[in-house]
Amino acid sequence: MELFGNLGIGFDAVLTLANLGYCFLGALLGTLIGVLPGLGPVATIAMLLPITYGLPPLSALIMLAGIYYGAQYGGSTTAILVNLPGESSSVVTCLDGYAMARQGRAGVALGVAALGSFFAGTVATMIIAAAASPLAEFALKFGPAEYFSLMLLGLVAAVVLAQGDFFKALAMVALGLVLGSVGTDVSSGEERFTFGIPELADGISFVVLSMGLFGIAEIIVNLEHSDKREVFKQKIGSLLPTRHDLKAAAKPALRGTLLGSVLGILPGGGAVLSSFTSYTLEKRLAADPSRFGKGAIEGVAGPEAANNAGAQTSFIPLLVMGLPSNAVMALMVGAMMIHGIVPGPQIMSERPTLFWGLIVSMWIGNVFLILLNMPLIGIWVRLLQVPYRLLYPIILVFCCVGIYSINNSAFDVGLALVFGLAGYLFNKLGCEPAPLLLGFVLGPMMEENLRRAMLLARGDATVFFTRPISATLLALALALILLLASPTARKTREEAFREA
Amino acid sequence: MNPLFLPKLQDFLSGVLFCVVGAVTIAAASQHPLGTAMRMGAGYFPLFLGVLLVVFGVTVATRTMLKHLRQGQNIGDFSPARLLRTLRRIVDREAVRKIVLPAALVGVGVLAFAGLLGSVGLLGAILALVVISGAAHHEASWRELLPLGAGLAVFGVGVFVWGLGLPLPVLPT
Repeated sequence: MELFGNLGIGFDAVLTLANLGYCFLGALLGTLIGVLPGLGPVATIAMLLPITYGLPPLSALIMLAGIYYGAQYGGSTTAILVNLPGESSSVVTCLDGYAMARQGRAGVALGVAALGSFFAGTVATMIIAAAASPLAEFALKFGPAEYFSLMLLGLVAAVVLAQGDFFKALAMVALGLVLGSVGTDVSSGEERFTFGIPELADGISFVVLSMGLFGIAEIIVNLEHSDKREVFKQKIGSLLPTRHDLKAAAKPALRGTLLGSVLGILPGGGAVLSSFTSYTLEKRLAADPSRFGKGAIEGVAGPEAANNAGAQTSFIPLLVMGLPSNAVMALMVGAMMIHGIVPGPQIMSERPTLFWGLIVSMWIGNVFLILLNMPLIGIWVRLLQVPYRLLYPIILVFCCVGIYSINNSAFDVGLALVFGLAGYLFNKLGCEPAPLLLGFVLGPMMEENLRRAMLLARGDATVFFTRPISATLLALALALILLLASPTARKTREEAFREA
Repeated sequence: MNPLFLPKLQDFLSGVLFCVVGAVTIAAASQHPLGTAMRMGAGYFPLFLGVLLVVFGVTVATRTMLKHLRQGQNIGDFSPARLLRTLRRIVDREAVRKIVLPAALVGVGVLAFAGLLGSVGLLGAILALVVISGAAHHEASWRELLPLGAGLAVFGVGVFVWGLGLPLPVLPT
């Protein structure tokens, strides 16, 4: 089988001491960050990006990927033990996970979360491995028109799936697209929106923007609220679920895995949406929905499996077409570019060790995570007791050094601060920053493909509708918008985000 | 103020913000040649985005006002004078102490880091960042911040300069 041959290439690449080490380090750092509330994976990856400059490309990507799915794991620990989502994807785990902890079943909740995530991670890795080749072949048929339509669909989906007001999210996407066009225009060499500042000629660095919007802004927001983290004092209890627990958790975990795998592929989807949807689904399927919120094991197993599966399959659009589907994947694009790798369907054939190595490392990372999470829980609990007033200066140091070292530029640090203040303003105005970031990353690619498509079609815009793949993608985007316009669909979406 | 007005205020102000940014975008984009649909100039795509921003901004703001009207409220609540008065009531002295001051301290700390790193070196820059920004927390104390800053400075030099080999100056040059 070709698949096993490919996985063999991957195992060969990953099973070196150094790469296993980076995989472990990434998973460990990710868990650490996931456990700490107020520090998300986007800010972390951006912060640690400079560390990977000197590494070989595969090692760098393995470590960054490890941070991402490690964070999904770690987030659940915080959610269960202190009722605070360590990551936004574990918001729903708080509901039943913390309820279980109060009943003295914290250990079981943690165990089920870890086992569910491991199962989901394994399945999702297989899905990526199986789906990658056919999808990449399909993607090779894409011309500029198709890429443009695909990105448009991606942005629309990101907006539809985002929380909050539809038009505000649209405007945030547009704002991101504008920020993305700052700098020298590739085709004409003209400097746009630089306002005479030479540092802006190369455009705004993705790290600067994300660190400002997600790192610094979050700190300012957090400083407003006083530290009301409660310290977990109860006993954690046995980590091993009973046979009865396992039976109750198996089906939700399986459903969560499938749901997460599908939703993860969608642009703008990924871990957060997957966990929310899974919780809503489990509640609806349950014989007695009133148990939810009071320690139902299904409410932990389903969403935890879903968010891990979603986190993993969100690599598919990136690896296969070079399209980032969420903010973390956008950072991965940045990381790849730094190492001279252009993400796209050609990676698989041109750099098979890199491609399959990364995929295999995800599964190995999941093994590390389960080995890591179970025995180290005591350490994570202690870590949670570090007060925020000592934590955020540490975060700031990493942010500032990270930003400065991209270009050895003090200007970049100042610019990140500007975005930090803007991010705070967005928070106060109720505008989600994630769509902006996605627009920022896709903007330059979209413009380039738009211009190329129009040039090829001699200025005839109907090319987007006459080419079948492009037309299908646009139709899907339109369908999504219409779906949102229908009152029932809108209600379901609001419900899914609110109650879950 | 009617507490229900707060979400509307958020929406309305974001709409206005999008319009302003859109207008700036349009102004800046029109400095560049538009080109034709076939050969787009540097201004084509940004101009389109600017227009989009204004359209979305106007939509967000008008929808908010219409909602307000539908609820039988006074549309005059959105007049600049009223808005200013409402804002002033929200941003009172307490809010300044709790929000503006911490944000400013974080900002000053970050700027101090940026300004000092080149001349004073990483040790001093991290110390300044930690001590200034760390003071933003309402429970901050010098007795904690100074050792934390010193420790982080040494740790930062160890990890970033010696460990990762980043080309940063350590001491004043």
